[in-house]
Amino acid sequence: MNTFAGIDFPTWWFLVIGAVFTGYAILDGFDLGAGALHLFFNKETSRRTALNAIGPVWDGNEVWLVIGGGALFAGFPEVYASLLSAFYIPFMIFLVALIFRAVSIEFRSKEPMLWWRKMWDISYCLSSGLLAFLLGFILGNVAIGIPLDKDHIYRGDFADFINPYSIMVGITSLALFMMHGAIYLVMKTEDRLYAKLTIIVRRTTIFFVISFVITSFYTLLYIPHLVDQIHDSPGMFILPVIMVLAIANITRQISKRKYLLAFLSSAVVISVALIIVSLELYPTIIYSPQTPANSLTVYNSASSNKTLGIMLTVAAIGVPLVAAYTTFVFWTFKGKVKLDETSY
Amino acid sequence: MDVEILSRIQFAFTIAFHYIYPPLSIGLGLVMVFMEGMYLRTGQEIYQQMTRFWVKIFALIFGIGVATGIVMEFEFGTNWAVYSRYVGDVFGSALAAEGIFAFALESGFLGILIFGWNRVSPRVHFFSTIMVTLGSMFSAIWIVVANSWQQTPTGYHIVGEGMKARAEITDFWAMVFNPSSIERISHVWSGAFLAGAFLVTSVSAWYILKGKYIELSKASFKIALSVAAVTSLLQLFTGHKSADVVAHYQPAKLAAMEGHFDSLKAADLYLFGWVNKKEQTTTGVAIPRGLSYFVHGDIDKPIRGLNSFPENERPGAVNFVFQTYHLMIAIGMALIALSLYSVYLWWRGTLFDKRWLLWIFVWAVLLPQIANQVGWYTAEVGRQPWVVYGLLRTSDALSEAVTANQVMFSLIMFTLVYILLFALFIYLLNKKITHGPYDHHDDEHSPRHMEMAGSFTSEHPTEATPATRGKDSESI
Repeated sequence: MNTFAGIDFPTWWFLVIGAVFTGYAILDGFDLGAGALHLFFNKETSRRTALNAIGPVWDGNEVWLVIGGGALFAGFPEVYASLLSAFYIPFMIFLVALIFRAVSIEFRSKEPMLWWRKMWDISYCLSSGLLAFLLGFILGNVAIGIPLDKDHIYRGDFADFINPYSIMVGITSLALFMMHGAIYLVMKTEDRLYAKLTIIVRRTTIFFVISFVITSFYTLLYIPHLVDQIHDSPGMFILPVIMVLAIANITRQISKRKYLLAFLSSAVVISVALIIVSLELYPTIIYSPQTPANSLTVYNSASSNKTLGIMLTVAAIGVPLVAAYTTFVFWTFKGKVKLDETSY
Repeated sequence: MDVEILSRIQFAFTIAFHYIYPPLSIGLGLVMVFMEGMYLRTGQEIYQQMTRFWVKIFALIFGIGVATGIVMEFEFGTNWAVYSRYVGDVFGSALAAEGIFAFALESGFLGILIFGWNRVSPRVHFFSTIMVTLGSMFSAIWIVVANSWQQTPTGYHIVGEGMKARAEITDFWAMVFNPSSIERISHVWSGAFLAGAFLVTSVSAWYILKGKYIELSKASFKIALSVAAVTSLLQLFTGHKSADVVAHYQPAKLAAMEGHFDSLKAADLYLFGWVNKKEQTTTGVAIPRGLSYFVHGDIDKPIRGLNSFPENERPGAVNFVFQTYHLMIAIGMALIALSLYSVYLWWRGTLFDKRWLLWIFVWAVLLPQIANQVGWYTAEVGRQPWVVYGLLRTSDALSEAVTANQVMFSLIMFTLVYILLFALFIYLLNKKITHGPYDHHDDEHSPRHMEMAGSFTSEHPTEATPATRGKDSESI
């Protein structure tokens, strides 16, 4: 098997896809969180400001999902096929929610009527919140595993997905993104909206910490395969430590009103959460609980070494480019939101 | 209905709906590049005004294109799991390259294109317009490469058997430059340029007819007409090349496109007609032996007819393929005639004198759209019963984990959502066009209006007294 820097290609591609989905969670995470908080703002100018805080960047952020989906299709076609067909209904609802999120942002400002704007505000808030929840809900189900047959096909019912753990992970991801989005918004706003957001930031942080603690205990007590790696190699205990320190740092930076540092800390929380899940699963991607032999791993689901090699080259050229123009766009729109004639 | 037919309907419906928007983005992007280029060259305000106007319409089109495009990316996995496993090694890399090279480029710079007018210099803005257009054109490259590989697979080998069989890349560049890639990409691009150009001529012609924004509309019309004239001719050339590829690599599709059944006979080239599949006859107006001439350069050489293919290896909907193909060609010819005649009038200096011609342009916006749609119907329905030509049957490519009820649920959901989306799109497009390129005093975006909207919708007075301020901040 081909390797690069001592790591084989399937593992490299697992890392690339993990990095892309982490990038998506950090970037679109604040869009979704800001969206889920939208109805907490009552005034028209507040809502417009909040919307325009993500206005120029949300579309670019969503691209990370497109890249992640394509990368999964290309790198691990078996996982892409099994996962998406197994989660048919949740993914269909996810796609429709993505459509509503996008068009709500686009359409809201196109008419001045109160009912029109209210309708799109509600649609924007609900679809963003639903997306944030569904991402966690699907992650929760992937984490506990789904039953696969020997052809890696899901032979179960949609109702099996609705379990307490996945719902709890869904709530946690909603809370995490709401906190993340609130911190982003507080960086981009001024005056009274800013004052209001400082309160929202604290409340969402409390909401996140509570759901995080419950989910963590649930995982520790009931889902042994999600903790065995850290259990077996104590050196990795550093990860949960970083996680807890990062959460503590969010509250510390918030009280010092250093919101950029709080934002970076919450990005660290998102990253470490996903790193822990990936490490615990690896080399498995989709775990099949009753029949572990049927699980999909990075080795039995990967594309050929040749394809992975080509795509690692593609990623090595492409990812720095994407990072460069993402940075350029964020830099162009840096600072507090100023509404002008081009705004939503 | 079973899973296969429902999944096929859903995929056809979602892709056909999606395909209204990307060609418009690509074509409009190109026209905007010329408009803004003219602004930088001449410094005339009028060109900046028209670019700003079309950027707003571009934003609307692009938004719906993205929203409906992501659906496509995931639908391969949800509904066509066997297909996804089969082609992932090949198709996936093209799709991933699209995401990382093309889509990221256009979406990244889109923010600057729409919101960056006051934040970056005119040159940087122009650069962003070019990047967005290039990004959308690169998207077309990768997705058409992937589709072309399904039409004319090369650069792969098959690993495994039965359920486990899948295609693996042996030669990446042979996969990218498979026999139909170049022809089909240029054909798709030209179709997209036409869609964008005819949108601009349509709106401009309507303004001229209504006596509004005359100077700006005439200038926009000329820019778009130049694009239309060049690309409509280019389309004839790329279309011919694409048909050559079909004749060479997909003879069953060619036979269906021309309703040709009998292998021993030289084939006619129909201008229009009707195929009776049961009787195996095609009636209509044809150039005798024209197809033989086009394919072989010899009017006597026979063309392989549908009868020479086993029943289960030829497209079923012969008349459908025949009609969509001929409608596409008829529209292509009409667009050439329309744009060349208009260029002639432009040269004579009487382009805007004929009201009937302007009215034709108002409605001609529909023609490239219809041609783009039916062209794809020909390509995709004509490829049946294969999803990957000669390798994987559509009926074998489905997701086994998905039931008919689930697909019925999602199909109904998409139908309702897309009807709503389309109605809103037409409503908002119409509103933007009616509003026109200039921001009036009653523009919803003007700072004065913003303040008013703010104070009217607030439940509290804007000027809070110090005593109420604490409470008021809660309601923001």
